[in-house]
This record gives sequence, C-alpha cells and structure tokens, in this order.
Amino acid sequence: MSAPVPVTTTVSAAARPRASAQTGPVSAPKWHRFALWSVLFLFALFFLTPMYVMLTTSLKDMAQIREGNLLSLPTSPNFDAWAKAWSSACTGIDCGGLRPFFMNSVLMVIPAVLVSSAIGAVNGYVLSKWRFRGSELMFALMLFGMFMPLQVVLLPMSQVLGWMGIASSIWGLVLVHILAGLPSTTLFFRNYYVGLPDELIKAAMLDGAGFWRIFWRIVVPLSTPIIVVTLIWQFTNIWNDFLFGVVFSGGASKPVTVGLNNLANTSSAVKEYNVDMAAAMIAALPTLFVYIVAGKYFVRGLTAGAVKG
Amino acid sequence: MNSPISTAARLSQWMPRLVLAPSFILAMFFIYGLIAWNGYLSLSASRLLPNYTFVGVEQYINLWESERWWVALKNLAIFGGLFLFFGMAIGLLLAILLDQKIRAEGVLRTVYLYPMALSFIVTGTAWKWILNPGLGIERVVQGLGFPDFTFDWLINPDRAIYTIVIAGVWQSAGFVMALFLAGLRGIDDSILKAAQIDGASLPRIYWRIIIPSLRPVFFSTLMVLSHLAIKSFDLVMALTAGGPGFATDLPATFMYTMAFSRGQIGLGAASATIMLATVAAIVVPYLYSELRSKR
Repeated sequence: MSAPVPVTTTVSAAARPRASAQTGPVSAPKWHRFALWSVLFLFALFFLTPMYVMLTTSLKDMAQIREGNLLSLPTSPNFDAWAKAWSSACTGIDCGGLRPFFMNSVLMVIPAVLVSSAIGAVNGYVLSKWRFRGSELMFALMLFGMFMPLQVVLLPMSQVLGWMGIASSIWGLVLVHILAGLPSTTLFFRNYYVGLPDELIKAAMLDGAGFWRIFWRIVVPLSTPIIVVTLIWQFTNIWNDFLFGVVFSGGASKPVTVGLNNLANTSSAVKEYNVDMAAAMIAALPTLFVYIVAGKYFVRGLTAGAVKG
Repeated sequence: MNSPISTAARLSQWMPRLVLAPSFILAMFFIYGLIAWNGYLSLSASRLLPNYTFVGVEQYINLWESERWWVALKNLAIFGGLFLFFGMAIGLLLAILLDQKIRAEGVLRTVYLYPMALSFIVTGTAWKWILNPGLGIERVVQGLGFPDFTFDWLINPDRAIYTIVIAGVWQSAGFVMALFLAGLRGIDDSILKAAQIDGASLPRIYWRIIIPSLRPVFFSTLMVLSHLAIKSFDLVMALTAGGPGFATDLPATFMYTMAFSRGQIGLGAASATIMLATVAAIVVPYLYSELRSKR
C-alpha cells in the first residue's frame, strides 16, 4: 500500500468528532435522512462485498463454486481450502502452501518495524527539540525518500545487497525496509514532538539532565500514542509490501505477498478459486486484525498531518 | 577549565548531530547516491548484467521508441485520471454524508476504510475472482435473468485497464474519505452558523463555503493519490500481471519487467529515471512550499 503521508504538522487532530458540530441539518425532512442512509448503506455494501465473496468462496468446495454463484452462501462450509492454502497448495513448482512465506514475513516484519521505529523516534527528537544549523535542510533531504518512486533505487540496491552478501535473504529485506521506513517514522515522531512544550525540555536541562536522560525520562513516557501509530503504520506497510519482496527475495526468503501472488497465478489443470481466496484471507488477516483492534491509530497514521492546522 | 560539567555540556551540544548523522548519511547514500547510480545505469549499455560502457542517451531513445512504453504511459493517463476522479468524488461524497451526524458513523467509517489495511495483492486476488469471466459477476447477473450478459473486461485488452481502476478506487476511496472528514472536522463552526442564520441552504453552504475552505485538503489528497497512481505496481501484478499481452502495463510494471525479467537493465533504469522526474516535478514544489510555509 505504502501511501505517502503529507508533510505538515501534528498527528493528533485526525478524525476526532467536532465538539459542537452544526453543519448537519437542524431539522431535515424525513426523506432526506432516508436518502442519506440509503447512499451510505449502498456504499457499505460496495466495500463489504469483496470481503464477503472472499470469505464465502474460501469456505466452499469446487463443486459448490461451479454450481452456485459468487454471492451464494456455502451449503456445507468447511475449512478444507484454508488447510490446503496454508500447507499444501502449489506456488509455482513447490507445493508447501503459504506457511513458509507467512513465516518469512513474520521474521522480516518484527526487526524491520522495531528498528525503523526506534531510529525514527530518536531522529524526530533531534529534529524537534535539538535543532541545529542545517537540521531542517537535512530533514527535507531525508523526506524526499518518502516520495520518490522506489523503482529508481531497485537496480543499484540489488547490487549493494549483493556486495553485502545479503541478497536474496530475509536480512536484505529487513535492511531495505528499515531504510525505506526511516523518512516516514522520522516524520511521524518529529511532528508529534513539535507539539510537546519546549519548557519541559528546558526545565529538565536546568535540572542538569542531558540529551539521553531527557529523552528516556521525559519524552519517551509521553510518546505512547505516536509509538502505537508508528508501529502500526510500519507493520501494515511492511507486511503488505510486494515490490521489495518480489525484487530482493530469493527462493527461501519470499514474503507472504509474493507467495500469495505466485499461488494465485500458478496455472494448474483445475483452478481452485476457494484455495486462492483462503490464501488471500490468510495474507490479509494480520493487518486486518490490527486494523480492527487499533483502527483509530491506523487512521491517525494515514491522515497524519494531511490536514493543515 | 575542563570541568566535567563543561565536557558534558559540550557532548550534549554535539549529541544531536551525532545522533542524526547515521540516518542522514544513509539517506544521502541510499536516496541520492542510488539515484545517481541508477542515472548512470540508464546511460550505460547494460542489458542482462550491469555494463558500465557509456552509451549516452541511447536507452532513452530506445525507451521513447518502444511501443510498450507508450502503452504504459497511456494506461497511466487513463488509470491515473479515472482513479483520481472517482477516488476524490466518492471520498468527498462519503465524507460529507458522514458529517451529517450519522449515528453509526464509527462503524461506517471502519467499513469504508478497511480496504486500506489490505495488501494490493490481496485486493487484486479478490477482484480477479470477482471479475472472473464466466464464474464471477457475469454468472450473478446471468442468474438474475439476463442470460446473454457478458462481462469479460479482465481478459479484454481494451477494457482490462478499467478493472484496475475499479479495484484501485475500491481500495483507496475510504482513505480519501478519512482525509476529507478530518478536514471537515477542522472547519470553524461559527462561519457555518452565521451562514445558516442568513438562511443559506445546506447544499449552498457546502458548495460555497465548506468545499472551498477544504482547498488545502484537496491539494494534499490529490498529491497523495497521484503519487499512488504513478507508483501503482502491486495491484496490476496481482490483477492482470500487465496483461493481456502488455495491455495493462504501467510505468512501474514496465520498469520491473525490463529490469528484472527481460534483461534490459539500461532500459529499465531509463524508465525509472523518467518516473522519478515525473514525481519530482509534482513533489519538490509541494515539499518546498510546505516546509517554507511553516517558518
């Protein structure tokens, strides 16, 4: 997905309901409300239908798929397709299902998310509370990395990874994801820390606290919301990445998105759509789960700073 | 004079620079260094392997003479235009409707936005099945009593690009909604109350006051979406893999195919440079104005 985040200002003001909103109609006629609800409901259907189709198809067997249609409910729902997608479906020539790919993604996403977020936090702290001559320019130069089309670094990057001896390995992917994540994690933390009052820092300095002591004792304890936003943002982006996965991974290090794409595009005598959909659900579940339990923070990441003021 | 306090103070002074330096150096190398390197590759004779023989702009001439590149650009224009238009329109509509004090706003917002949490590969796989000629939507509509209905856009070279628009809008419209909704929530109520007291109708208030005041949101949303469109890669790979033939190639898939499966590294590098120039033309003025306006 990797949507770039627009640059300006704070993360906090995202989708909070307006305190005393009066834009809504004060006493709109009944049919007005009815039309409003119909439109909203139809769009909800539009957004939910693909998920419904994915889920129901994954619970059918091929006979039901051939007899019924997209929207029909499974007559005898079962998880056979899920089991097959997980451990025995064919992706190209090997038939070990999605499990090894899923595990690769887990091994890749944990270090990449933690390291890129940690470095971003420290960078953001410097760029907001310890500015020096040229630090804003440095920030702007780093920020461009968030916007450039990644295609422009793919070819040289694969050579660099080769020299470092981590081409086609999970560690190569981890490194690339850390580098690619730094501009946005730095931006997130910087914009959040700009909102912390400078007096806090100054008071601590007068008390003799130094750079790191202030960071650990004062700034980090105040950072919980932005840490959650950043972790979720990085997790979603890295888990969902396909471009780096397809370019930089080798036989044994492909992430789950690459596995899913190979699985769905493997041509076999009988195309098993139920297995494809089960595999898609498996690849989607981790980020979907995070979205459902912590959607608020995910939305904050998405809208971070997009709106001025 | 070298008391421990002043050493600590001096260290404290240098600490910020020391801390930022590694990231900055990495950024300089991995952004600008690699961009320059890619630029050099695009001027080299590289094919299957990098070959640093300088050949001038030969790869760029080959690029602009390639029919496939022109197809990719035309597709980007079609896809980008429709994706921006429908993404913005649906997103704005949903945001305005949700701003009418809807009781179930939280639930609806969650529903509209969840596709954004999915990988484009998941979206592409799902839509490929839904749009499947034969067993997909076609079968559903036929079952509703239109036995002659056909829907083969996915395998029709003239129509396949529109399936990418459908899936792309489905994935991104909720994101646009979230951005606009945040913008709407930031509007000062007193202006609106004054307009209401003056007797302005609701559509008029939206058209004349609210939408114009969302201009910065429009601008940044447009930026984000056009950037997404130019980078689009995953969705195409999952939905059509650029096919039928190369009918749905976009610059990003063109670059990937040339550089990593056709053994045309120089050509791939040249197309990447063109993509960079296009994005830079949009982003650099934006970044510049954003960072300036904050001083």
